[in-house]
Amino acid sequence: MKELTPGMMIAVFEEMFGMGLFWALVAGAVLVTLAFLFVVLRDRKLVASRLVRAELLAPIGAIAAILFVQFVTSSGFSDIGGPVDVIALILIGVAGAGGLTVLAYVLQGLLGNRAGKAS
Amino acid sequence: MTRQTDKLALDRRNFLKVFMAAGGAGALGSLASQARASAVQTKARIVILGAGAAGTALANRLVDRLSGASITIVDGRKQHLYQPGFTLIAAGLKPASYSVTSTTDWLPSGVTLVEEAAANIDPVSRKVTTASGKELEYDFLILATGLTLDYGQIEGMSMDLIGKNGIGSVYAGPDYAAMTYAEMSRFTEKGGVGLFSRPATEMKCAGAPLKYAFLTDDIARRKGNRGKLEMVYAAHNKALFSVPIVNEKLRMLFEDRGIEVRREHVMSAIDPGKKIATFQTPDGPKEIGYDFTNIIPPMRAPDVVLNSPLPWQDGPWVKQGWAEVDKHTLRHVRFPEVFAVGDIAGVPKGKTAASVKWQVPVVEDHLVAALSGKEGTASFDGYTSCPMITRIGRAMLIEFDYKDNLVPSFPGVIAPLEELWVSWLMKEVALKATYNAMLRGRA
Ligand SMILES: Cc1cc2nc3c(=O)[nH]c(=O)nc-3n(C[C@H](O)[C@H](O)[C@H](O)COP(=O)(O)OP(=O)(O)OC[C@H]3O[C@@H](n4cnc5c(N)ncnc54)[C@H](O)[C@@H]3O)c2cc1C
Repeated sequence: MKELTPGMMIAVFEEMFGMGLFWALVAGAVLVTLAFLFVVLRDRKLVASRLVRAELLAPIGAIAAILFVQFVTSSGFSDIGGPVDVIALILIGVAGAGGLTVLAYVLQGLLGNRAGKAS
Repeated sequence: MTRQTDKLALDRRNFLKVFMAAGGAGALGSLASQARASAVQTKARIVILGAGAAGTALANRLVDRLSGASITIVDGRKQHLYQPGFTLIAAGLKPASYSVTSTTDWLPSGVTLVEEAAANIDPVSRKVTTASGKELEYDFLILATGLTLDYGQIEGMSMDLIGKNGIGSVYAGPDYAAMTYAEMSRFTEKGGVGLFSRPATEMKCAGAPLKYAFLTDDIARRKGNRGKLEMVYAAHNKALFSVPIVNEKLRMLFEDRGIEVRREHVMSAIDPGKKIATFQTPDGPKEIGYDFTNIIPPMRAPDVVLNSPLPWQDGPWVKQGWAEVDKHTLRHVRFPEVFAVGDIAGVPKGKTAASVKWQVPVVEDHLVAALSGKEGTASFDGYTSCPMITRIGRAMLIEFDYKDNLVPSFPGVIAPLEELWVSWLMKEVALKATYNAMLRGRA
């Protein structure tokens, strides 16, 4: 690959997911991030009980993300061949874990109780 | 606390607005990054022969760079074929439709598509004649015809044999690749001799013959039938791969997989009834019997270029007919208003889509410079890449240049000579998307 510019990365991702889905995913990620900020700013703190409950889902997010990548790519754990593969696997897991944790926290924050009444 | 929240004014309705603004800004950002240097005014007539990987990518970039030019692209094929996908189709991982789109899906508005083959090129009077006799005059001509698979050079071979009696041919097209998988699948159930080879001519994606040997081995292992198979790879010369360091790695991998190598074997004939292939070797003709074979035919320039004054006039490529262009500028050495890009270019390396990605901006640079009365500066260094699949789920991301230097895109991160899962992900997930982005002139 020649130089990897942001414009090119976007073009590649648009082709990978399709224009609509890609921007929907970006929008979804932005939405959840903003919702997270909103909840945290509203409560002016991270609510420990919610965070703990959200974090319980982290391993599920990690495993789901890894299995999803393997499912869409005809590959599995036995294909891990070198250190960079382990790093990639960890990064995918971390992304899944982080994503689901934030999502769970946000959902509790928006749908559940307010900070004061939480737990 | 409630008062504070109100002050921040981030209620649910507001943050929706914020999100929409952010999303919009993102989209605008991507558009802005697409904005190109201001267009060059010209009345030039540019004719591109071939709307494959190279012709389409170049057309998309030229419409952004030029204003007022008349750009004509000539190609009789209605389907656009993503050829790197053939290997995945022939491994049973993707359907034949994976590689097929429509030629017109990728062409920008502002170019004229002539839906027929070019039949004749007269570079002296700067004129192309199409199959129906239509004449197209040009100021600049881009050869992007790809290459011709010359099955006829193997005695006894023709395309209608593919998909029967143990004969496969991954290169022949998406449907043939699917038929090849059906034959390979039968073979890996029943067992016997698997015969793999490559032609002695220049060829596109020189790694593909090796990949298919690896894939067949892997699929037999997954079925628990590897013991029933004898695997033979007939190399056209002394090496498995032209880059010495890669060749050595492949030698080790073939040894590890139990794939026997016969060197200096060039297939010259096939007897589909008896299932015997004949090879020319330094010790005379040799026969090898097979139960399954992946035939990769000799390759040459399409007739329209081969029969024109444009091919090399001396050296090893006279018969194969590749266009005689400078290996760094891709400009014809005798007819400076002609460029060649993609497989048709007579350069020592680079018959891959990955090379196309690097060649297209070079031709664009020299062409646009010429139209503004300047000299271009871009140079093609022979970059080519071959995700060498070594089994389903693993590959080696091999990238190299004219000098046989390894030129990894991710040095220190993705090792080129290691069988890696991430390299497989590149091939299976990122390659087609990158190819498509390249077609649109965006990568
Ligand atoms: C099995 C296989 C696996 C591959 N794997 C890889 C890979 O992993 N990575 C990689 O980078 N590359 C790979 N390639 C190579 C890659 O597909 C080609 O190098 C690339 O498509 C070349 O682009 P091109 O535009 O030169 O030719 P093409 O894409 O073949 O397009 C040529 C076009 O010219 C048209 N044409 C032909 N004759 C005429 C005429 N007389 N008049 C008008 N038009 C004409 C054709 O119809 C066609 O549309 C693979 C190829 C194959 C077959």
